Amino acid sequence: MEQLDMNIFLSMLLIFTSAAFTDNILLARFLGMCSCLGVSKKVDTSLGLGFAVIFVTASTSAINYLIYKFALVPLGLEYLRLITFIVVIAAFVQFVEMVVERVSERLYNALGIFLPLITVNCAILGISLFMLNKPFNFLQTFAFGAGGGFGWFLAITLIGGIREKVNERAVPAGLAGPGITLIIIGIMSLAFVGFSGMIKL
Amino acid sequence: MADTPKTVFTNGTWKENPIYRQVLGICSALAVTNLLANTLFMCAGVIFTLALSSLTISLLRNLIPKRIRMIVQVLIIASYVMMVDITIRAVAPDIHRFIGPYVGLIITNCIIMGRAEAFAGQNKPFISLLDGIASGMGYSFVLIAIALVREPLGFGTILGLELPAKELWWHQWTIMVMPPGAFFMLAIITWIARCISAEKSKT
Repeated sequence: MEQLDMNIFLSMLLIFTSAAFTDNILLARFLGMCSCLGVSKKVDTSLGLGFAVIFVTASTSAINYLIYKFALVPLGLEYLRLITFIVVIAAFVQFVEMVVERVSERLYNALGIFLPLITVNCAILGISLFMLNKPFNFLQTFAFGAGGGFGWFLAITLIGGIREKVNERAVPAGLAGPGITLIIIGIMSLAFVGFSGMIKL
Repeated sequence: MADTPKTVFTNGTWKENPIYRQVLGICSALAVTNLLANTLFMCAGVIFTLALSSLTISLLRNLIPKRIRMIVQVLIIASYVMMVDITIRAVAPDIHRFIGPYVGLIITNCIIMGRAEAFAGQNKPFISLLDGIASGMGYSFVLIAIALVREPLGFGTILGLELPAKELWWHQWTIMVMPPGAFFMLAIITWIARCISAEKSKT
């Protein structure tokens, strides 16, 4: 890790790209599928949820990192991590919802309906859990969270665009809806597999 | 709606199967199905959490204030998931290393929240427990079906045991080990299952 510490900015950039592309949270780790299948029918809803996810993952992974390192580990309470993380995420989402409502009505109308969906989006909790397996410092964790969120945003927007086109075509009855979407995601995931091996962490 | 134990059971396992009917709980269905052993541990964890959290939420259904019910439900679910997490870590540390994060993610598994909201919140404890078990079994049955295709094709093994006369005919389908294989398999299973249930409802 010494080498990474020497150039903190470069390492953050590396972590961001690898979290977004080679280790895409949706296409390689399968997280956030439920809300993805539900919301990705159109590009603009995908964009809205995607932005909200980037913001929340970046912030909650950083907060959870601090809590884990400075509260749970010193007290020997690592086994409480699941419950702590989910409470932090739920509280943060609620807090953001209130702030956004006060600050900007336009932003609230754009993001507001997506925020409650985020608490149960497994990508958020997933990023917080995956970061524990990696020897990251605080800034690197932030980059990891932001990169993971960006990867999710990218994937869901692309899927939304493809689904808009597919919905205009005839699809076999049993395959319509979730079936064809899963095949689209499968093909996209195949494309993202092409990125793997480009960056090693 | 009269919910007898029998209708609850067929609804959970087949008619309203959480995976291919309601499209819930997909994340873990894709992630843990590359090896059958991982799948079995995951399924056991989900059935346990689903059954007991449905029971608990149903027992407390008149005590939980409506406004904060989501957070209470999440806390109930999270406590059971913690038990599952600690148990799997003690019983099978190798498997825990691989599926560990996904076990934690049972908390946000939409099947559990979905059943809590749609069923356990309004029904009596016994029938809710049954509903939880049925949905868990519906989930498990799809996952095991996927794993039974992915593990033999991807690794040439079932539960870690090599297929008979493997070197004569078997060729590794690398794609089945990788994420895309999971997406394609789930799509195919959804397709087959939906066609069968469409046929049935016609007759």
